[in-house]
Amino acid sequence: MDINRRKFLKVSGVFTLGLGLLPLGNALASNKKVKYAPNPKALKAKNWAMVVDMNKLESELDECISACHKTHNVPDIGNKKEEVKWIWTDSFESLFHDIEHGHLTGKIRHKNFLALCNHCENPACVRVCPTKATFKSNDGIVMMDFHRCIGCRYCMAACPYGARSFNFKDPRPYLKEINPKYPTRTKGVVEKCNFCSERLAEGLLPACVEASKNGGLVFGDLDDPNSEVRKILDSQYTIQRSYSFGTKPKVFYIV
Amino acid sequence: MLEKALIKENNKKFWNWILFLLVLSAVGFGSYLWQLNQGLTVTGMSRDVSWGLYIGQFTFFVGVAASAVMLVLPYYLHNVKEFGRITVIGEFLAVASVLMCMMFIIVDMGMPMRVVNMFLYPTPNSPMFWDAMVLTGYLLLNIFIGWNVLEAESKGVHPPKWVKVLIYISIPWAVSIHTVTAFLYAGLPGRHYWLTALIAPKFLASAFATGPALLILICFILKKFANFDAGKKAIQKLALIVTYSMSITIFMVVVEFFTAFFSQVPAHMHALQYLFAGVHGHNGFVPFMWVFVILSVLALVLLIPRKTRENDKTLIIACAAVFFSMMIEKGLSFVIGGLAVTPFGRITEYTPRLPEILIIIGIWAIGTLIASLFYKVVVSVKRETDVTSKNFKSQETLEHS
Repeated sequence: MDINRRKFLKVSGVFTLGLGLLPLGNALASNKKVKYAPNPKALKAKNWAMVVDMNKLESELDECISACHKTHNVPDIGNKKEEVKWIWTDSFESLFHDIEHGHLTGKIRHKNFLALCNHCENPACVRVCPTKATFKSNDGIVMMDFHRCIGCRYCMAACPYGARSFNFKDPRPYLKEINPKYPTRTKGVVEKCNFCSERLAEGLLPACVEASKNGGLVFGDLDDPNSEVRKILDSQYTIQRSYSFGTKPKVFYIV
Repeated sequence: MLEKALIKENNKKFWNWILFLLVLSAVGFGSYLWQLNQGLTVTGMSRDVSWGLYIGQFTFFVGVAASAVMLVLPYYLHNVKEFGRITVIGEFLAVASVLMCMMFIIVDMGMPMRVVNMFLYPTPNSPMFWDAMVLTGYLLLNIFIGWNVLEAESKGVHPPKWVKVLIYISIPWAVSIHTVTAFLYAGLPGRHYWLTALIAPKFLASAFATGPALLILICFILKKFANFDAGKKAIQKLALIVTYSMSITIFMVVVEFFTAFFSQVPAHMHALQYLFAGVHGHNGFVPFMWVFVILSVLALVLLIPRKTRENDKTLIIACAAVFFSMMIEKGLSFVIGGLAVTPFGRITEYTPRLPEILIIIGIWAIGTLIASLFYKVVVSVKRETDVTSKNFKSQETLEHS
């Protein structure tokens, strides 16, 4: 063995230095070529929006909810205090609190309405997030980075629609089956509806829209005058949840 | 100088006190480990009331921290000499309070191991980012100022000039920490109880009542147990500050009622109705709010007349009343009132759970521990300088005679 301590240290020093430089090399290399090209089938829009037609949707509410919650590994915690929900139903009185005047027809008062994140154009949750863990993407979707979220729950205080859920405990034991195509969450982070951005990237409509077979949920580009969403908005009377808060929600309702 | 915190002396009482605080801190820390393991499910917080006592206590102690300015400003800008002996006490109270605030934030976080994300991804549009900035700055300012002023005193010299610059910076900085904390709340759509420009001024006024009230109590404690006299004049000056600030605070609490109930806008009335009277059988906070009312009236009745304000016994009662009434208003009901009344017109009640309360007690204990050790240093430095100046004076008189 023709090696002494001095030589060994020299060689290992050079190697350690090389290891230190490796990530730098990788970073430089990755700038040159694009590793992940977008799927050519991906659905694209400037400003995704949704119309909820309650007349067509009434019998399919449960299907829509379970389609979403199964797709996104949303746990069934089983208590109201800590429940996690991306899409849910509630009464007109709760969801449209500011326009409920006490003399609505019984039909409206007893109906369950669908609620989900409004993907506001001027989202209060994005404004308050201290780490940009929640942010607005180029196609108008309010997104959530589960891996950056510090769990401060400021966004929950800021959202006037109750669209955000916090994982008060480990959600995984509360999943009946796991969809391996979407990440499960850990305790301590906030989550919410993402307008199925991961499905749009593959050319699929949101899970809830796909589950509404009567066309109760319509999904499209608010900035495109020829989109189906715009056609409905131009021809029918629609309302929104708490429009006066200035958040500019993008989920419209036909009641 | 730090070694002065550890000098044994013959002071069994002090070390028993420290031991007691250590035990409480350990209990709190144990509960926190339990919370880390289980998640925030061990607290009383919920989907609707997503902030609870932790954030309430955080807000309250930001106020206590900011109140140091009520000593620093009169002493350095208006040359109020009486405060010379106690400004350092105020500054170290600020240090202990800011540290408590930081602990309250950490224990409230779902992912405390990611706290650095706030600095890795700075987000200037978020009030919480600014709050972290100004609190860290305020902590550093007060550590530097308090330490250098005290060290200079122990060596019998004037503090270096750059410390004075820091002191001037610390004055508006103190105002900023509580203003930014108010902005955490005062700009959220749908939270009507918080959506008023009055939050920041009310926070500042109540801070300038609570902090000096606590300082007066600390001065009395130091006088009784550590043989350190702040001086009657200094305490009376502080008492006057407490009186004015408390009166302004209560005024601001009352005007909110006019706006809400004269306008009759339901969203504005709802939170006040829930807190003070209860709505649809939801009345968990009503007893606390009435204790707040009684304590704040008692405080004003004892503070405003000169006779009771200048009497040590009634002053102590008044200061305790100020502290605890504001602890309820700001440290408990302010946060819950804003969240329990949801934007959907429903009420979700919040009751803190045992682990939550133990963690809070633990943080109080750590804060008190830090303050106690600081004050031991302060008191021993002051005692030494008192002795040297006395010796100096007696020597002078000897030489003259």
